Amino acid sequence: MLHIENLHVKIGEREVLKGIDLHINPGETFILFGPNGSGKTSLLMTLMGLGDYAVTKGRIIFKGTDITYAPTYERARLGVGMSFQRPPTIHGLPVRHLVRMCGREREVPVERLARRVNFDQFLERDVNAGFSGGEIKRSELLQLMAQQPSLVLFDEPESGVDLENMALIGREVRSLLQGEDTPRPDKSLEELKRARATSGLIITHTGYILDYINADRGQVLYNGHLCCEARPRDILEHIRKFGYQECVRCLDNALA
Amino acid sequence: MKPISLDNFEFTGHEAAKLGDLHALDAHDREQLLMSGVDVEEQGRSGSFLHMDHSGAYCKTNRPGVEILNIKDALKKYDGLPEYFWKLVDPEKDEATRKARDVLHGGYFIRAEKGAKIEEPVQSCLFIKANKAGQSVHNIVIVEEGAELHIITGCAVSHQTQESAHVGISEFYVKKGGKLTFTMIHNWGENVAVVPRSAGYVEEGGQFLNNYVLLRPVKYLQMYPTITLGGTGAVARFNSVVVAPKGSYLDMGNRVIMNAPDTRCEIIARTIASGGTIINRGHIKAGQVPAKGHLECKGLILGGGVIHAIPELEATVEGVELSHEAAVGKIARREIEYLMARGLDEDEATSTIVRGFLNVDIMGLPDKLKQVIDKTIAESQKDMF
Repeated sequence: MLHIENLHVKIGEREVLKGIDLHINPGETFILFGPNGSGKTSLLMTLMGLGDYAVTKGRIIFKGTDITYAPTYERARLGVGMSFQRPPTIHGLPVRHLVRMCGREREVPVERLARRVNFDQFLERDVNAGFSGGEIKRSELLQLMAQQPSLVLFDEPESGVDLENMALIGREVRSLLQGEDTPRPDKSLEELKRARATSGLIITHTGYILDYINADRGQVLYNGHLCCEARPRDILEHIRKFGYQECVRCLDNALA
Repeated sequence: MKPISLDNFEFTGHEAAKLGDLHALDAHDREQLLMSGVDVEEQGRSGSFLHMDHSGAYCKTNRPGVEILNIKDALKKYDGLPEYFWKLVDPEKDEATRKARDVLHGGYFIRAEKGAKIEEPVQSCLFIKANKAGQSVHNIVIVEEGAELHIITGCAVSHQTQESAHVGISEFYVKKGGKLTFTMIHNWGENVAVVPRSAGYVEEGGQFLNNYVLLRPVKYLQMYPTITLGGTGAVARFNSVVVAPKGSYLDMGNRVIMNAPDTRCEIIARTIASGGTIINRGHIKAGQVPAKGHLECKGLILGGGVIHAIPELEATVEGVELSHEAAVGKIARREIEYLMARGLDEDEATSTIVRGFLNVDIMGLPDKLKQVIDKTIAESQKDMF
């Protein structure tokens, strides 16, 4: 699904990603850990082609297409979807209208999708105007549900969200990545897993989202380098106990 | 830019024939009317009025409770309308008012009877067909006690390239508890000079809601309608959506005088200069308390031009609450990128943001008119990027 090869990225003169290699398979969810300023958001922004992130080396291959320098909308139309952590307010654009546009030519069942994320009362509101943390997440999820991406980039699904909303958001992120949660007696678990083609790349600080989704793999991003690939829960537990100090040591060894 | 001289235009000799039916207009003129909010089918309209060049061409009332007359007929019927005619606008004010005093071609008289709730809008159009024509009209709108009325009035020229001038006096009277929604759509041409002079008076508990849309080029427009909130609890709200392409010079604004307690007003203007010049004025004056007013001029320059915002607040008594917000900005890159991340290309994203900025939706206009406005906005965007 996604192949990142030796990716180097600069903002201005500062190198923020220093040779990232990452492969995410179809249907796989990858969790990205790392302290503040380690380059996690930069990676997501670069994958979406946003902001002033300049790729200086390496490439990004998505579904076999080199999208390293593709404009953002081409990436989106190919199937990359992103949940923004701090999306801008767009005055005069009602949520309903934007959600409909997310479907491109496809007809979007706006009301039905909105009800799932408890957002049907917000459809006439201007996009992100005065939204709380939880409302932003639900609005972003709603747009992604309409967009039906095959790779979801999620920047901190739990930030600014209260516990009640966390359950709802967790459930819907899961459904976005893994399809509906209904048992299919005719298929084995393995078959079901193979059938779902939506991949995820999720940044998390707290790990709350791991209570809701089946994350396959995880890695720590530290100072622009990826290190310490392991099962996400193990990484989380480790970081809880020891902080990111262990990563520094590990990284030093790797780079030595 | 120098004010225009009205002497360059012909204020006599262009009397139009009466129309039995709005369908009698040719397809081109019908299209122009449609852009100004006038539906020749008269579907969902309580009445229609059409003034062409130097005379009234069509006048029809479809509902009881609303009276629509040519102003000349109204002056005859009501003995010169002594309580209303030239009561809010001073005929000696300037060249335009003096011209309107000396030459009266027509105009509408629209009155909603006491307590009448006229749900469907009355449509009106002041149309200029002849080249070099100077048009001078005087309009009077009266909303009697407890009545409700929506007027959609368009101003248009038959050919966008022709030279002409329009002088229009409008006087609005909203009586106790009445509500007037007045939507004006200007559809002039690149060689047309327009100098409306408008004023209104709102009594106790009355509401005056004004929508103004100008998307097409106009050579020179100068207007500063003034509404006086004269009764307790009176409300005025102005929403303006204005685009000035190359060659347009607009000097415009709204003024509200809050002369009674418990009054509220809001003046909101969204302006885009795409090569033209916009002087966007606004003035709220409050001399009674409590009084609450807000003035907002937001502008974008897209593809050149000038925006000069002049918001003024004038309070003469302790305790009033007046505020203003003026901004001239640009489309934020972040907003474009956000929409591009949803699959919109750069042009789609930009026009979505511009449409949102202009935000015509808040005016609550009939669907067909909204569609025409959306289409015109889309067309006008080719000058912007």
